[in-house]
Amino acid sequence: MPLLEVRNLKAYYLTSRGPVKAVDNVSFDLERGESLGLAGESGCGKSTLGFALINLLPPPGKIVDGSIKIDGIEVVGKPDEELRREVRWKKISMIFQGAMNALNPVLTIGDQLSEPLIYHQGVSKEEATERVKEHLELVGLDPDIYKRYPHELSGGMKQRAVIAMALLEHPDVIIADEPTTALDVIVQAQILNLLKSLKKKLNLSIIFISHDLAVISEIADRLAIMYAGEIVEIGPSENLYLNPRHPYTQKLLGAIPRLKKKVERLEFIPGAPPNLIHPPSGCRFHPRCPYRFEPCDKEEPPFIEVEPGHYVRCHLFAKR
Amino acid sequence: MAEVVVKVENLKKYFPLRRSVVEFLKGAPPRSVKAVDDVSFEIHKGEVFALAGESGCGKTTTGRLIVKLLEPTSGKIYFNGTDITTLSREEEREYRKKVQIIFQDPYGSLNPRFRVYNVLEEPLILQGIGDTRSEREELIIRALESVRMVPPEEFLGRFPHQLSGGQRQRVAIARALILNPEFIVADEPVSMLDLSIRAEILNLMEDVKKRFGLTYLYITHDLSTARYFSDRIAIMYLGKIVELADSDTLVENPLHPYTKALIAAVPEPEPSMKDVIKEIPIKGEVPSAANVPPGCRFHPRCPYRFEPCDKEEPPFIEVEPGHWVACHLYSKR
Repeated sequence: MPLLEVRNLKAYYLTSRGPVKAVDNVSFDLERGESLGLAGESGCGKSTLGFALINLLPPPGKIVDGSIKIDGIEVVGKPDEELRREVRWKKISMIFQGAMNALNPVLTIGDQLSEPLIYHQGVSKEEATERVKEHLELVGLDPDIYKRYPHELSGGMKQRAVIAMALLEHPDVIIADEPTTALDVIVQAQILNLLKSLKKKLNLSIIFISHDLAVISEIADRLAIMYAGEIVEIGPSENLYLNPRHPYTQKLLGAIPRLKKKVERLEFIPGAPPNLIHPPSGCRFHPRCPYRFEPCDKEEPPFIEVEPGHYVRCHLFAKR
Repeated sequence: MAEVVVKVENLKKYFPLRRSVVEFLKGAPPRSVKAVDDVSFEIHKGEVFALAGESGCGKTTTGRLIVKLLEPTSGKIYFNGTDITTLSREEEREYRKKVQIIFQDPYGSLNPRFRVYNVLEEPLILQGIGDTRSEREELIIRALESVRMVPPEEFLGRFPHQLSGGQRQRVAIARALILNPEFIVADEPVSMLDLSIRAEILNLMEDVKKRFGLTYLYITHDLSTARYFSDRIAIMYLGKIVELADSDTLVENPLHPYTKALIAAVPEPEPSMKDVIKEIPIKGEVPSAANVPPGCRFHPRCPYRFEPCDKEEPPFIEVEPGHWVACHLYSKR
C-alpha cells in the first residue's frame, strides 16, 4: 500500500466571483522513501495542492471532494482537533515557501522549534530543548543557534532551521514548497544537498514543489507536471525529462535556458495560463497547444498510461 | 575595436550607515556599505553586457548609477565619450532620453492608476515629443506594435491589472523604447516571469535590439539566461568585478574560484544529477558589504587561498585576450 494515496482531489477557493478550481481532480500515489517533484507555472495549483495535503488551506480555500489517505488514515473530513493530534507534523509536515518569513521574529529559534513538541507531545522543556538541538545538528546547524533570533541568521541558516522544524516530529512525508526559491544559487545547492542526504538517511518521502524544473531534476524520483489545476503528465523523472509526451511538458522543457549547453533560440508558449474560475472547455491546454485537433476543445482528455507508470492527459495519445 | 558606448571608471558607491550612540561617543569613524567598490568596464555598441552575481553584490546599484538614479561616491561614467556625472540640467534631460531602464518587477514598475496609454505618453510629455495628442498616439501605437502587443488599440485603455505579467513587461519595454534610446539597462527583466514566457521576453528584447541598434546592460543573478542572452559576462562579488570574459569562455573556462563555484552550483534540467550530492567548493555565505574582508574580499571562503590573499587586493589582470580576472592565483610574480 502506498504511503500517501490521493484520489480525485478537488480544492477550490470559494470566492464571490465563483469557485476558483485551483486543484481539480488530482490523483497520485507516493511510496515510502520516494520523492515526487510537482512542477508548474505560477497559478497552476501546485502550492494549493501542497496546502490541501496537509489540510491547511487558507480560507476561502476548501477541499470540496476527493480523498487523501496518509499511511491508511483518511484525512479529508477528519475533525481539525484529531488532525492536529494524529496527523499534522507527525505523519506529514511542510517546509513553507519563503522560509525567511516563516519564522516568528520575536522568538528565539529554540523557543519556536520546541513549542510544538511541548504542546503536541507534552514533553518537558528540557527534553524538547535536547531534541531541538539534535535536529539542528541533523540539518547542519550549530546547536548553539538555539539561543539566536531569526534576524541573526543568514537566509540559508533560516532555511535549515525551517527544515529542522518540519522534521521534529518524525513525519513520513514532507512537503517542500519552493524551499530554495529565494536563495542564491550556491546556498540553493547546499540546501538541495541537505535534502538529498536527509531523504536517504531518514527514508523520507518528499513532495518537492517548484516552478524550476532544473532544481526538481536534482531530487525527484518521479515528476508531475501541473497545468491549470490538473496533473497533465506524471511518471519517472528520466522518462519525463528525456522523453516528455505532453505538448505542455515538451514546450516547458524547451523554454529553459541551459548553462552548459548553448541554445540558439529558446522556445516559448504563446499566450498565458487560463483563469481558473472559467477554465477552457475540453483540454485546458488547448488554447495554447500547437498540436490541437478536433476533440481538444470539446472533450476532456483521459489520463492515459503511455508506458508503465507514465501517464499523460492528452488526446494525442488516446486510442480511438 | 567596436565603438564604446558606456565606459565606467573606478566607480564607487558607498551608502553611509548610521552610527550607534556608543560608536558616536567613542568617536568611531563613520561606516558605510560599499555597494559598488571600484568597478571599471566598457560596453561596446550593439552588445549585451551582463552583470551577474548573487544578491547584494552591487549589480543593481551599478545599473542605477549608470542611468543616474543614484549619484556615485566617486568615479566616472562616460556615455559616448561624455562624462555624465557632471551634466547640466539640460544635458541631463538629453541623456535621460538616450538611456532607459527596464525594472525587475512589472507589477511594481507601472503606475496602477495609469492606463497603458498614459504609461507610454508620460515620457513623451516629459521630453516634449509630439505636439498633438494624435502625434503622440501614433508613436505609442508604433511602440506597442514593436513589442508585439497587437492590435495596439485594444491595449491602450487597459490598466496594468488587466494585463498578464508578460504583457506588463512588454509595456515596460515599450516605455523604454518609445524615446528611441541607444542604451538600455535591463535589471532582471525576466526573473519575475513564468518560465513559459521568460524566453518570449528575452527573444523580444533580442529582436528589438537588432531592429533599433540597441546596446544592453543585462543585470541578472541567473547565469543560464546570461549565457543565452549576452555577449560578455562580468561576475560581481561584494561590489567588485572578479571576472570578465565573453559568455562562452566564462561558462566553459571559468578561472576565478568564485565563478567556478557559481557555475558548479547551477542546476541543469536533466535527471543525471538526481540524488548526487554536489561538490560545492566554497563554504558559508556572502559577508555583509558593510564589513568587507581585507585583501581579496573572497578569501575567507576561497579553497585556494594562500599567503597574499588576506593582505593585498588582487589586481585585475588580462589572462588571455578579453578574459580578465581578479585573483592572486593568476598574477605573475
